[in-house]
Amino acid sequence: MSNLLRHRLFWPALSLVALIALNTAVRPRFIQITVRDGELYGALIDILRQCAPLMLVSLGMTLVIATRGIDLSVGAVMAVSGAVALTIIDGSADPGSVGTVLVAIVCGVGVALVLGVWNGFLVAVLKIQPIIATLVLMLAGRGVALLITDGFITTVNSKPLEFVAGGHLLGLPFALFIWVAATVAIALAERRTALGMLTEAVGINPEASRLAGVRSRGIILGAYVASGTLAGVAGIIYSSNIRAADANAAGELIELYAILAVVLGGTSLMGGKFSIAGTVIGVLIIQTLQSTILFLGVSSAESPVFFAVVVVIVVLIQSPRVHQAARRLTRGRPSRPAPELRTEAEVAP
Amino acid sequence: MSTVATDRRARLAAHTQTFLSRHSSMMPTFAALVIFVLLLVGAQLHFGEFVTPRTMSALLLDNAYLLILAVGMTFVIVTGGIDLSVGSVMAFTGISCASLLSHGHPAVIVVPAIILGGGLIGLMIGILVQYFDVQPFIASLAGLFLARGLAFVVSLESIRVENDSVLWLQTTRYRLGEWYITPTGILALLVAALGAFVMQFTRFGRTVYAVGGNEQSARLMGLAVARTKVMVYVISGVCGGLAGLVLTAYSGAGYPRNGIGTELDVIAAVVIGGTLLTGGTGYVLGSVIGVFVYGTIKTVISYMGAEQSWTRIIIGLMLLVFIVVQRIIVVRAERRR
Amino acid sequence: MTESRTVVEMRGITIRFPGVLALDGVDFCLRAGEVHALMGENGAGKSTLIKALTGVYGIDRGTIAVGGEERVFGTAADAQGAGISTVYQEINLCPNLSVGENVMLGHEPRTLRGIDWRATRREATRHLASLGLHLDPQSLLASHSIAVQQLVAISRAMVLDARVLILDEPTSSLDREEVDRLFTVVRGLRQQGVAILFVSHFLDQVYEISDRITVLRNGKLVGEYLADRLPRSDLVSKMIGRELDELEAISASAERSIDRAATPVLSAAGVGKKGVLHPADLDVYRGEVVGIAGLLGSGRTELVRLLYGADRPDSGTIAVHGEPARLSTPRHAIDRGIAFSSENRRAEGLVPELTVAENIVLGIQARRGWLRKLRRAEQEAVVSEHIRALDVRPPDPNRVAGDLSGGNQQKVLLARWLATAPELLILDEPTRGIDVGAKADIQRKVAELAARGLSVVFISSELEEVLRLAQRVVVMRDRRQIGVLDSSSVDVDGVIEYMATEGEGSVA
Repeated sequence: MSNLLRHRLFWPALSLVALIALNTAVRPRFIQITVRDGELYGALIDILRQCAPLMLVSLGMTLVIATRGIDLSVGAVMAVSGAVALTIIDGSADPGSVGTVLVAIVCGVGVALVLGVWNGFLVAVLKIQPIIATLVLMLAGRGVALLITDGFITTVNSKPLEFVAGGHLLGLPFALFIWVAATVAIALAERRTALGMLTEAVGINPEASRLAGVRSRGIILGAYVASGTLAGVAGIIYSSNIRAADANAAGELIELYAILAVVLGGTSLMGGKFSIAGTVIGVLIIQTLQSTILFLGVSSAESPVFFAVVVVIVVLIQSPRVHQAARRLTRGRPSRPAPELRTEAEVAP
Repeated sequence: MSTVATDRRARLAAHTQTFLSRHSSMMPTFAALVIFVLLLVGAQLHFGEFVTPRTMSALLLDNAYLLILAVGMTFVIVTGGIDLSVGSVMAFTGISCASLLSHGHPAVIVVPAIILGGGLIGLMIGILVQYFDVQPFIASLAGLFLARGLAFVVSLESIRVENDSVLWLQTTRYRLGEWYITPTGILALLVAALGAFVMQFTRFGRTVYAVGGNEQSARLMGLAVARTKVMVYVISGVCGGLAGLVLTAYSGAGYPRNGIGTELDVIAAVVIGGTLLTGGTGYVLGSVIGVFVYGTIKTVISYMGAEQSWTRIIIGLMLLVFIVVQRIIVVRAERRR
Repeated sequence: MTESRTVVEMRGITIRFPGVLALDGVDFCLRAGEVHALMGENGAGKSTLIKALTGVYGIDRGTIAVGGEERVFGTAADAQGAGISTVYQEINLCPNLSVGENVMLGHEPRTLRGIDWRATRREATRHLASLGLHLDPQSLLASHSIAVQQLVAISRAMVLDARVLILDEPTSSLDREEVDRLFTVVRGLRQQGVAILFVSHFLDQVYEISDRITVLRNGKLVGEYLADRLPRSDLVSKMIGRELDELEAISASAERSIDRAATPVLSAAGVGKKGVLHPADLDVYRGEVVGIAGLLGSGRTELVRLLYGADRPDSGTIAVHGEPARLSTPRHAIDRGIAFSSENRRAEGLVPELTVAENIVLGIQARRGWLRKLRRAEQEAVVSEHIRALDVRPPDPNRVAGDLSGGNQQKVLLARWLATAPELLILDEPTRGIDVGAKADIQRKVAELAARGLSVVFISSELEEVLRLAQRVVVMRDRRQIGVLDSSSVDVDGVIEYMATEGEGSVA
């Protein structure tokens, strides 16, 4: 039993279940799933569909955070990718053709990938602090997106594009398949190859990894490329959802929600061990919270207040000082002065 | 080669050396000033009529809110931290101001209240950073969430301000020939002057620099590190409140969607002005110059009839260049050691 | 010499950390106008004692009296208030501020209009001058050398009216001239009646400047001596200790014959780094174990780090199997079959949150790259083979490595390197801080592998260990290689004598 309790995913999973239970208690229709024209509908299905952009961005953010980095540019990259794709569709001869849409999507995601390489280069090669390096793109990226769309919100009417966010496959939302596929691909790449272990080693102890001969540059670069690419796909989904490219609103504040999802899922912001499954649960928690808040009548614009409280609670729980205080309370002994000043060299005989 | 000439040359070299070693931290700010002047000269040459009293006066007044935010941000960044909440705090205090005024509360109560509100959010961030070891960008992100959400809680739409005692701040103009300035501009300059004085002439200000240079050393040297680290976020929050007031007066209304992305403009202005993001160096004067650089670029772009989004892109690129150059300098210094 | 006034008296100081008794009933005193050196090897308790005196650590038992008055230091500021100032190795000043400001920080003269910078500069100049320093107070601290920065730090201590000045390893990065300058300042302060506590590993310097020497070992006080009455070799023995050899003799392994006519596996000539190590030479042959002996701070780790590419050398050449090699990163060394196990296993070796198995295969996996993951069967085979060979306890490959005891963590690290099948294995203090059983296991393993052809470079502070395993012993002192001994022709006493006196004038 205690093993179950101590499993990393226990608390996140429990929180999600509790949240769903709470919702169901308040509105029993929450877990109701109806079938119409061979397609499933319901609040739960909505959550699984709407979480797609955040899920993709959070997956990328998990990898970046595992290397002791951060990617603040994901929102801007989403905007750019959407802008590129929709401008291509809008300017094409036949916006409704599958071919055009595919080309547009490839270009949009391609540009996002290049932006990921850019970030990776700044961090891994030039060794610039990640927060600063990605801040540049966060700033300039939206400007670029606005330029591509000429400052307008480019709307298109394209069935294939709409299918990305709104369509159904085998009764389930297509967007669900996208993020599940991404999750599976990343999980396989991390765990089937040595990538996961090497990434964790780099994040936990960069110096030991260096002395052990790990090629950290490539690993760090790869994480940022993944983050950028996934943000690109998220941008496509977002644009498909609103059938437009809104350079200002696309991915607004998403980097913050993504960081929150990663942290909720149990990955530490200090880097090292990460959990893809944890991030998935974290995203589902956030999406369910959003749904709950909306149901309570709070407008989505005001919802950041709740999330601020959640962020504060989560970081407090993870704060070492709080752990210290808790330990002192449970053990009842006075603690040693300033343990952070004590280095291993002192303690080891 | 006569000895007199070599002597003089040697003395000149020595003087230059001394000057450089004394003021090397002012070099980036000096570079910002040069860039500003070059921009003005370039714009003047290109448009033929750019550096006029009217444009220059407008430069200050259109960017007064940014100037105030930049002063607060300078304090935070010099300690090695960062405050991503300033744009949202500005929006929150601005809309609160408009809302409270529209409910008939007197400006004498409202203005201090919103400034206090900004300070409280800053206090929350500071406490998270100092006493709970939360990384500054996460703590200020929480502040951003909170302030932005609260802004919408106050009102989902913009609220006009009819109250004269606040509108007065923007509508009054003091003229001197072709130059003019409003109380908001004066307020911004006062905040900058006060900020510069505190940084340079108070022990608190010097502690800010010490913490940014080496926090551990500052602590061992007996300085009040904890208090200082919290205070800088409070200062940034107070500046957010003041900026909210100024922006509301300027636009005649409070708007909850104000300031989205403004924190990045502020950070860019501060970095361009010569403050290192790693902390320990930087001047309020530099941030002022950085704001003027930003404002000039914005004006140039509107003169050119181009999209305003170019401003963000150019600022972003400038920020990048500065960061890369800063990095190169740091690497060179480390290698020399 | 008249009996000097006692400024600080520490009696019966005991400090306990979880699982470790860092100080056990230590007495220590500092007298006015005297330079008192505190000596001991790593883990002897020197830094703990100093941290107790400067208020960083609280004491479990014992008393501290300053100027006759008993004091309790809760914070660093308390100690400073009692007149105790410290200048640390890492120059705890602010490099981004000016010299004058650093001297006066927190004590700048003020008027109603804020800080009076002119007066501040004047004060700073005065304090610097009183130490014989004539620096421009407006110059940036970082623009000066470490040596000068240190002197600035000492000036600051004097601003605070220090009665006690603690100098913690002040000369590690100084050259001869700078050391002379520092010592002139120290002598001046001594004249003024300041009590000076001097911590250093450099024997020559300790004898040059100190009046008194206190030796600590394993948290206990060995003794307090007048410097001119303590011969060097006595000092070294007291520091190292002549404990009885509890480990079983590892028979005959060191008496193997080594083929020194063949090309050495590694050949380093004149390898050095400015400010870190004087150029040194080292040849290692196949199947040979070369030991490196010397006190802490003598340059042993610095030498091997240069050989491995963990640090980049300024001078010298390295040849592997006769071919010149440029080893500027660990990757280069690993590709050439060189493995390095760092002395700082927590910070530079173990990846604590990964499992034992993952830590062991990290070296192999790093070399194969991320794509070619070790197949499960292969991984299990390698891991279990090494766990068994080194007797890692508990023998659970899925245990989180950070949970293991120090000795077993060291074995896991050793396993990582052995798994990469290197030709040359560099071990830096592999048996430090681990239990006797694990020590024996590791030593036995090393001897076995050497007998089978592995070349080993082996650093240890325990001379018995070095002599037991090595064919040759390189002796280092004060960042310089002073000679190479043949292990069969010398015993522990001989090495100690050599370490203390070789290259010097007469013994004190």
